Amino acid sequence: MREKYLIPAFVLILALVPLLPAVPEFWITLLNYIGLAAIVVLGLVLLTGIGGLVSFGQAAFVGIGAYTTAYLTTAYDVSPWLTLPIGLVLTGLSAWIIGAITLRLSGHFLPLSTLAWGISIYFVFGNINALGRHDGLTGIPVVELFGLELMSGRRYFYLIWFFVLLAVFATKNLLDSRPGRAIRALKGGGVMAESCGVAIERFRILIFVYAAVLAGLSGWLYAHLQRAVNPTPFGIGQGIEYLFMAVIGGAGYVWGALLGAGIFTVVEDVLQDVLPALLGRSGHFEIIVFGVIMVLLLQYARDGLWPLILQAVNHAGARRQVPEAPPLPTRAKPEAEEPVLAVRRARKEFGGLVAVNDVSFEMRAGEILGLIGPNGAGKSTIFNVITGLLQANGGEILFRGERLNGLPPREIARRGIGRTFQHVRLLPTMTVLENVAIGAHLRARSGPVAAMLRLERRQEAQLLAEAAKQLERVGLGAYLNEQAGNLALGQQRILEIARALCIDPVLLLLDEPAAGLRYKEKQALAAVLKQLRDEGVSILLVEHDMDFVMGLTDRLVVLDFGTKLAEGQPREIQTNPAVLEAYLGGVA
Amino acid sequence: MDTTIAAILLQDGITNGAIYALLALALVLVFAVTRVIFVPQGEFVSYGALTVAAMQYGVMPGTIWLLLAAGVLTALVELTRAFRAGELRRAPRILTFYVGYPVALWLLLRSLPLGELPMALQIALMLALIVPLGPMIYRLAFQPLAEASVLVLLIVAIAVHFALQGLGLLFFGPEGSRTAAFTELMFDVGVLSVSGQSLFVVGATVLLIVALYLFFERTLYGKALRATAINRVGARLVGVSIPLSGTLTFTLAALIGALSGALIGPITTVYYDSGFLIGLKGFVAAIIGGLVSYPVAAAGAILVGVMEAFAAFWTSEFKEVIVFTLIIPVLLWRSLTSQHVEEEE
Repeated sequence: MREKYLIPAFVLILALVPLLPAVPEFWITLLNYIGLAAIVVLGLVLLTGIGGLVSFGQAAFVGIGAYTTAYLTTAYDVSPWLTLPIGLVLTGLSAWIIGAITLRLSGHFLPLSTLAWGISIYFVFGNINALGRHDGLTGIPVVELFGLELMSGRRYFYLIWFFVLLAVFATKNLLDSRPGRAIRALKGGGVMAESCGVAIERFRILIFVYAAVLAGLSGWLYAHLQRAVNPTPFGIGQGIEYLFMAVIGGAGYVWGALLGAGIFTVVEDVLQDVLPALLGRSGHFEIIVFGVIMVLLLQYARDGLWPLILQAVNHAGARRQVPEAPPLPTRAKPEAEEPVLAVRRARKEFGGLVAVNDVSFEMRAGEILGLIGPNGAGKSTIFNVITGLLQANGGEILFRGERLNGLPPREIARRGIGRTFQHVRLLPTMTVLENVAIGAHLRARSGPVAAMLRLERRQEAQLLAEAAKQLERVGLGAYLNEQAGNLALGQQRILEIARALCIDPVLLLLDEPAAGLRYKEKQALAAVLKQLRDEGVSILLVEHDMDFVMGLTDRLVVLDFGTKLAEGQPREIQTNPAVLEAYLGGVA
Repeated sequence: MDTTIAAILLQDGITNGAIYALLALALVLVFAVTRVIFVPQGEFVSYGALTVAAMQYGVMPGTIWLLLAAGVLTALVELTRAFRAGELRRAPRILTFYVGYPVALWLLLRSLPLGELPMALQIALMLALIVPLGPMIYRLAFQPLAEASVLVLLIVAIAVHFALQGLGLLFFGPEGSRTAAFTELMFDVGVLSVSGQSLFVVGATVLLIVALYLFFERTLYGKALRATAINRVGARLVGVSIPLSGTLTFTLAALIGALSGALIGPITTVYYDSGFLIGLKGFVAAIIGGLVSYPVAAAGAILVGVMEAFAAFWTSEFKEVIVFTLIIPVLLWRSLTSQHVEEEE
């Protein structure tokens, strides 16, 4: 409730500030610079704090936005309102090209590459004759709006903060949507998201381009505020400072961007006055202080200041009501007895170790097949081969007659194969409902632009309603708004089943679903799985609890050291001498 | 371009490349052992060169104040820890190392006619001053975060670089300095005249690489570091202390950086912020080696040096652009050849 009033109050205060004559010009200037920085940092929040991609090069994108308008308005008299879209497209395009090359890089290579291209672009600005080399360009025109010249800082203030609030609005909306959930899965949930059909790479590029476009916007605003540009503010030092702002404010929080930009800009201004006087010489000594502050912050408050503020005011996350919505369409289930999955001489080797040794088995629609065997028998490896996380070295995987070999996990998910993981993979800080809604990713098409403008609410409601329905079904209906990380481990496994059900699966692969459950919960789970079978879903099950397996499955496949040992009805398997030997070490 | 110019450029390239190679080795070492992408490595280079230059001007190098301050801070941190652990008997040792030593060095520097000392002695004093900064920085900035993710450690490294660069400006001012040459000797090899300075740099690099090789292959500490690099948990289980290997690594990194500074000082004018770019070129080389391979990193460093020399000749303005853009095809190649399914965190 309070949040409802806080934001309009904040906007109102912002709107009033320049009108008060008592507010000194210098404050307005500071606020303008805070706004300019906040726009860039907002992009970094999405990119680094939420998406986990660290960039030190954002200042270069600010530069592209600034130089585009500076050049076009001074050399060709193009209207600033035309250079704005041109500049944004150009920054977006540069980011897309750089991203296409560098975003495939793992963890630490990516930030290092941002240092490299950040420096390169800076030197390019400083050495192109048309861009005035190191002197830059001057005489950039004033922005006019409805015949009004935005000449003074007080007038320009409104333009800057209009864009800041617009960027906040768009970013917040984007995060709370279908593409937003995919973005939030990038950091630490990539494998899981791919298995739910999310095209991870596309979302990495998306946030990279989005952050760059915001930086370009800031650059356009900067150029027309300063009315002159030179390469200095687009160097790697400034790029690093943007990242510091994000970390100070709280890189994972949208409002943290404004906080971080505000604190950094004000402190920097104070230090630039105080330090040279104190040290008796001129120079940008504030970087010493910021360096030390950053080290301390990362040692003692790694998540930045915004979460500390939330904690201090005892802020609880919003409790979301699941909206009413018509159900999502479901796919046609195969006819009873139709062959669904055929594994033919599947083989997987890790170096010299043969984890899966020419294993074959088949499954029909509406069948529960148990895959059992001692630890290290290759059960989870088979799961990973079927779902595309690992590529088989030999053999064939056929799903409803189609070869799955070589397909990426998301394509396999698209065909109707849902799975859970042996080691739970979920996003602990997202709610249970949001986690499960990732499973329904492929059942809607709403994109990022619609999400930013909130044009996809009907579809979003359908996705959330579906997630809630599946959670009710598996018995987690009481926990929709709980953080997923707060659930007991057994419940987290059940959550994964609900997520897999959201795919609307034909085939469900469950890796030890009953581990960590109590007796009653196991019975409830067995009932759900039987009901799914009756609806025509096939279930492949890895499980160590033999009572659970024997009571539930129609057939069993037994593996030992990667090789199929036996296959048959549970009763036959229980008396099979080879199986007994593998499990009990030689009874015969 | 004729062959003489090409040969001169090649010589320049190899000389600079040798220094990048040293830095690349230090970067690979630090990353392998502590997972820190040590961006401030370059600051040791500029500190090293400028400290020698200050001595040659007969001025007390400002870095001594940093050593004193960092020493006192480290002593405070260590004393607090010792107090909490009930090990106050370690206090005299801590104070001797972190406070006594810097003060003694300061008194020594004060009493010496710095400008008139032979260069070898100046370099030795510089090393005595700069190298202890390595372990102190590790203790203050990185050791408390030893278990953090690579990305957090990288941001810390950048923050340390910021602080050190600002301090460099404070100590040495914005003007650049060049130290005296080690030797004025020139050798004529055919059409080409090779400067003794270049030979010195390349020779020192080779010597240092051999020394490092012996250290890692023949000594227990070297083996402990290699063990930590391969498997941190495993190394801990067999009794290698993580703080000790971190301290040792940063000492080596500081030594390599400061020595590189001494080597580069007579070749180029070094400014307080030169270290960053020099260090980054070491990075380009280290990345060519995938941050794991020493020989490939060293070869990459020579490549970077030669590329830079030729780029400077053809289009000097775009020298840096070319060198840093070189990293992109390398990264592309790296990312295409390495498969990674599991993500971090």
